[in-house]
Amino acid sequence: MKKRTLTKATKDNFATIAMIVVLYAAVTIAAQAGLINSHLGGLLVPLCVYATMAVSLNLVVGILGELSLGHAGFMCVGAFSAAFFSKVTEASMNTFPRFFLAILVGGIVAGIFGFLIGIPVLRLNGDYLAIVTLAFGEIIKNIMNVLYVGKVGNSIRFSLDSSAAMDMDEMIINGPQGITGTPYDATFTVGFIILLISVIVVLNLVNSRSGRAIMAIRDNRIAAESVGIRVTRYKMLAFTLSAVIAGCAGALYAHNLASLIATPARFGYNMSILFLVFVVLGGIGSTRGSIIAAVILTLIPEVLRFIGDYRMLIYAVIMIVMMIVNWNPKSRAFIEAHNPFRKKEKEVQ
Amino acid sequence: MALLEVRNLAIQFGGLRAVDDFELTIEKGQLYGLIGPNGAGKTTVFNLLTGEYKPTEGIIKLDGQDITGRSTVEINRAGIARTFQNIRLFKQLSVLDNVKIGLHNQYPYPTAAAIFRLPSYFKTEKAMNEKALELLKVFHLEEEADTLSSNLPYGKQRKLEIARAMATNPKLLLLDEPAAGMNPNETEELMENIAYIREHFGMTILLIEHDMKLVFGICEELTVLNFGRTLAQGETREVLANPEVIKAYLGDDED
Repeated sequence: MKKRTLTKATKDNFATIAMIVVLYAAVTIAAQAGLINSHLGGLLVPLCVYATMAVSLNLVVGILGELSLGHAGFMCVGAFSAAFFSKVTEASMNTFPRFFLAILVGGIVAGIFGFLIGIPVLRLNGDYLAIVTLAFGEIIKNIMNVLYVGKVGNSIRFSLDSSAAMDMDEMIINGPQGITGTPYDATFTVGFIILLISVIVVLNLVNSRSGRAIMAIRDNRIAAESVGIRVTRYKMLAFTLSAVIAGCAGALYAHNLASLIATPARFGYNMSILFLVFVVLGGIGSTRGSIIAAVILTLIPEVLRFIGDYRMLIYAVIMIVMMIVNWNPKSRAFIEAHNPFRKKEKEVQ
Repeated sequence: MALLEVRNLAIQFGGLRAVDDFELTIEKGQLYGLIGPNGAGKTTVFNLLTGEYKPTEGIIKLDGQDITGRSTVEINRAGIARTFQNIRLFKQLSVLDNVKIGLHNQYPYPTAAAIFRLPSYFKTEKAMNEKALELLKVFHLEEEADTLSSNLPYGKQRKLEIARAMATNPKLLLLDEPAAGMNPNETEELMENIAYIREHFGMTILLIEHDMKLVFGICEELTVLNFGRTLAQGETREVLANPEVIKAYLGDDED
């Protein structure tokens, strides 16, 4: 009995990790064989970013059971802080340690923001988190559009008015023009590693004492309190960790762009909703499902580009089909009844 | 010294005094019943004892320690666990996980140990699994350990709630209508379970119940509530013979 319980969860986790590794291997082999054109190749890093964002948001929406509508905001914070770090240290550090630290900086700064937002909001119940995160996402995006940071000699100065006012030697963050010339460090392999680590961290958390406490809060807060679970502490844990992962995804994203600008298309409300779509279509609470949804929905519009505007029509149909497959009890039972690996492999190919 | 001492407990919701001047003394090892017509304030008393509501007046002492006004979490850690009238299981989790969540504070290990899969994680999880299965066995639920808790039949859901409450290692167990919705066989089994946990764990139990057969069969002492006030208190047989109590019950159609 006990062994069965343990292996069931382990097997499920293994399937998720195996899926990511197989996906990575398949893409790498295809690239070696020259099967991936430059357009598709350019999508690989964003694909990892979006999949990681889906894992991050799934932790809040699916596992903690709170709604966050501003996850692009955490990604934005991570992207700018990591790019800033890379710009400042570009001359003095080698690529590998610099990029590693930049990702760490992105994650930590986003985590701090997540923690600070969580302090007042996670004490409340209901839709407050959704409202506050929605506002946060928009505020961060707008602040990044008016923030000027530059070097004067060896010191760093910032302003919220204009760059001219301070007579800076070198601009690092140039208001609406953002950060330009961030080292182009992001590769598909790095993206794969970030995604893999995020998935392992989330799955290990879920199958632990803390993870069970988080899910207990989602399922029934009053009962969770009645068995002695400190609700606010575990909400904070899940939310902050989610922000850290989003920050790392943002750091990766920033190092894949020639110029990092906080445009609505990149960090706005629509992006947050897109991440939410990944989570919902993937089956709320399922890390594997979130990743599959992120991959499919990111690739579909690009793969179908040759049929022009009809691709959005097919995109919509695919969304509906995924919704039915994931949420219809009969189709779920069908998938459950068959080997979980089969579903995975079908989706991958 | 009594395990639970409640003095002059009262709570006011606006103009309504839902519970007033409530007194209760429960000795260690006792099985105490709290009965009364619908809306008498029985569950409100439970919510006051577990910190769900903060009392307007009065003192609650557990094992000599004043726990009045503490949070639900602190009160659970001090040693009071409860079940709910309208079952509150962790529905999307397995039966085993429900009990393991009850064991949360008994088997601590840092979150980092889980994320990095350190030896302390495996060791503690193993001990937790064993303890949880042991508890499930008491309630004959070990076969369903992997079942989703919401897929259990009603009677078993009630039992799982008791198992989960027991997992927190309480001094006092509060059962809110444990036999509600059970058929006579299930009620019979429940009575055996309750007898078992009293015998093997020396558990002190306070229960709310409408099933008079169960109350008469297992409760040693009773308090009868009506409109938030104590109508009668004392030994089960005497209390149930009290004309006031009979009047309160017969005057209420729903019971």
